[in-house]
Amino acid sequence: MATVTFDNATRQYPGNPVPSVDKLNIDIADGEFLVLVGPSGCGKSTSLRMLAGLEEVNGGRILIGDRDVTNLSPKDRDVAMVFQNYALYPHMSVADNMGFALKIAGVDKSEIRKRVEEAAKILDLTPYLDRKPKALSGGQRQRVAMGRAIVRSPQVFLMDEPLSNLDAKLRVQTRTQIASLQRRLGVTTVYVTHDQVEAMTMGDRVAVLKDGILQQCDSPRRMYDHPANVFVAGFIGSPAMNLMNVPVTDGGVDLHGHTVPISREDLGGVGKDVTLGVRPEDLELSSDQSGIPVTVDVVEELGADAYIYGSTEQKLLEATGENAGAVPFIARVDGRRPPEKGEKIYLKPKTGHVHVFNSESGLRVGD
Amino acid sequence: MTAGTSAAAPRQSLRADDDPQAALRTQPVKIAVGLVGMILTVWALGNLFLAFGFYPEKFGSKIVIGLLAIVAGVGGAAVIFYFLNMFVEGLPARLSEGLIPYAFILPGFALVALMLIYPTFQTINYSFANSDSTAYVGLQNYRTIFGDSEFWSSIVNNVLWLVIVPAVVVAFGVVVAVLSDKLSANGEKFAKSLIFLPMAISSVSAVSIWALVYAYNNPGQAQTGLLNAIWTSLGGDPQTWLQISTAKLNSILLMVILIWLQAGFAMVLLSSAIKGVPEDTLEAARIDGAGEFQIFWQVVIPQIKGTIITVFVTVFITVLKIFDIVYVSTNGQYGTNVIANLFFNKLFAASEAGQATAIVVVLLLAVTPLIWYQIKHFRDEEANR
Repeated sequence: MATVTFDNATRQYPGNPVPSVDKLNIDIADGEFLVLVGPSGCGKSTSLRMLAGLEEVNGGRILIGDRDVTNLSPKDRDVAMVFQNYALYPHMSVADNMGFALKIAGVDKSEIRKRVEEAAKILDLTPYLDRKPKALSGGQRQRVAMGRAIVRSPQVFLMDEPLSNLDAKLRVQTRTQIASLQRRLGVTTVYVTHDQVEAMTMGDRVAVLKDGILQQCDSPRRMYDHPANVFVAGFIGSPAMNLMNVPVTDGGVDLHGHTVPISREDLGGVGKDVTLGVRPEDLELSSDQSGIPVTVDVVEELGADAYIYGSTEQKLLEATGENAGAVPFIARVDGRRPPEKGEKIYLKPKTGHVHVFNSESGLRVGD
Repeated sequence: MTAGTSAAAPRQSLRADDDPQAALRTQPVKIAVGLVGMILTVWALGNLFLAFGFYPEKFGSKIVIGLLAIVAGVGGAAVIFYFLNMFVEGLPARLSEGLIPYAFILPGFALVALMLIYPTFQTINYSFANSDSTAYVGLQNYRTIFGDSEFWSSIVNNVLWLVIVPAVVVAFGVVVAVLSDKLSANGEKFAKSLIFLPMAISSVSAVSIWALVYAYNNPGQAQTGLLNAIWTSLGGDPQTWLQISTAKLNSILLMVILIWLQAGFAMVLLSSAIKGVPEDTLEAARIDGAGEFQIFWQVVIPQIKGTIITVFVTVFITVLKIFDIVYVSTNGQYGTNVIANLFFNKLFAASEAGQATAIVVVLLLAVTPLIWYQIKHFRDEEANR
């Protein structure tokens, strides 16, 4: 068990003018489950591979416990990794796959067998110990990859999108299993994913990266309630937060004649415009035609709730990255009485549930 | 029934439910046309090819003959298959459906039988006959060759070739494949091309090239042979390398030629196999604490084992048939003889057809289990895909 520290860790690929990971600073506590999340190409996998020793560190330091491992080879770091494609050795049986690290370390054969069997029991792999990976299903292979990590009792678990090759149902199931297993074993874990739902449900803390730069590192709750900037606000949460530029007025910001109250000191020195963010569930239907006028394009009925996707004259901030392009205005409404498609409705944010960002810098304003 | 209309009718109608008897009917017109067509085609082709041989002046130039032969050969084969198909389809449907695949295999199988299977049995037959294959002598030929020291020396040499060459070729191929993998893209292409080049050289040319390396000039003269040049510059006397049978040195020097020829083949296959090893298994092994040597032996080699066996067996079979290198360089003298060369000399120099065929029968028996293993291995590989 150990803490992990990224101290200004930087990775710049040769021939690339910008670093892929730029001065990353994260302190991970002993036994913590930290999730690195971000759009593809944000440097999350590179950060993990730097910690594993598979990627050179061009600047800064990486520490495991008190040990500076920046220049150590992977074998001297005492970390175990679960790969996206599992990277099982195809020529070895499940038991040999799981025991390979111990065999290399020169552990006694009967001891290896004992530890492999223990891990197999935890992961329900006992009947498959003599099979080759080829003869296993995707979910079983994933568990073997987990088992290979567990057997070693390393100081840190590294997981690189370990669920992305599973089908949706199995992914949800395995997600819970990994999280509870990690709590039980208490091993410090760094987990990479592009799926923000995975990040929110599994992590003790979530670190959001974009273009190699850490945007925010916080608990899922805090991340959701207090996104540090516009990027995090738009990235965390599904469906995504509605973000729009609105003018500042006396006592708050103006939303089509409806004033959203925001304290004066929060709005000090932000200029004439701010970016206002409202999550779909923080909107309510307005009875007096004030608020944002929305024409309903699609109604998604989920039973208890319904999401409406609509268009509005209000200019919304366009999404960047993978989902680049215009975004619809999204609101959650009561599932029993959803508006009709094509209907024009007025929505206003619930008091105290808006996020205000500086429209220049994108940083959060106020608390 | 009117054979003409039903011959023109599509095959599907024969299977129609309303006329179950149709499937059993023969169509004599189809059978007759198919049979006559086949005979005529074979006759015409036979005459054409005979004409190529006996009256070449009637065709003008050799190029015309060549082109005609290609067109008539390929086209003729197609026409024969067309009439063969018609003939089989004319048979009752149930019979014809079972027969069609065999009918199409038959011509190819007949050629294989003519060129391979018949000679094999004839060779076995002759091995029990006298020197001009006119009378049977029982096991006499086998007794003679097994009592011949030259035969045993050839066997020993063959075994040495088999033990050394495939192993060295595979080892060299793996080393080159691994090392070239670490070069830059262009460096890799260059290094691999250089090592692959000898593959394009025939064995006889290769021996000529290496004869220059092993060449001997009298002491005092400039040594034009590379090996002697190095040897004398180190203070040695010039040697007639291919005559030194001490510790089978001359045989080993001849093996070097074959290794030089085969290394490129091994390298190409092994290199692509090594590139096919998933990178993440290597990374997983690195994280599991394995050093580069352990990764190579315990992760890379097991994953390319199939290719290693394929290369080994292929080279092994090439070596079993080793003849040209020995024939051209020493003709089996100075204790370098091998079975194929011994066979050649017995048959064409000593006119001992009986003993010669007995020698190849021994060679054939030695090769059979290996070929069986190779086929089995290929099948297993295919099944594992």
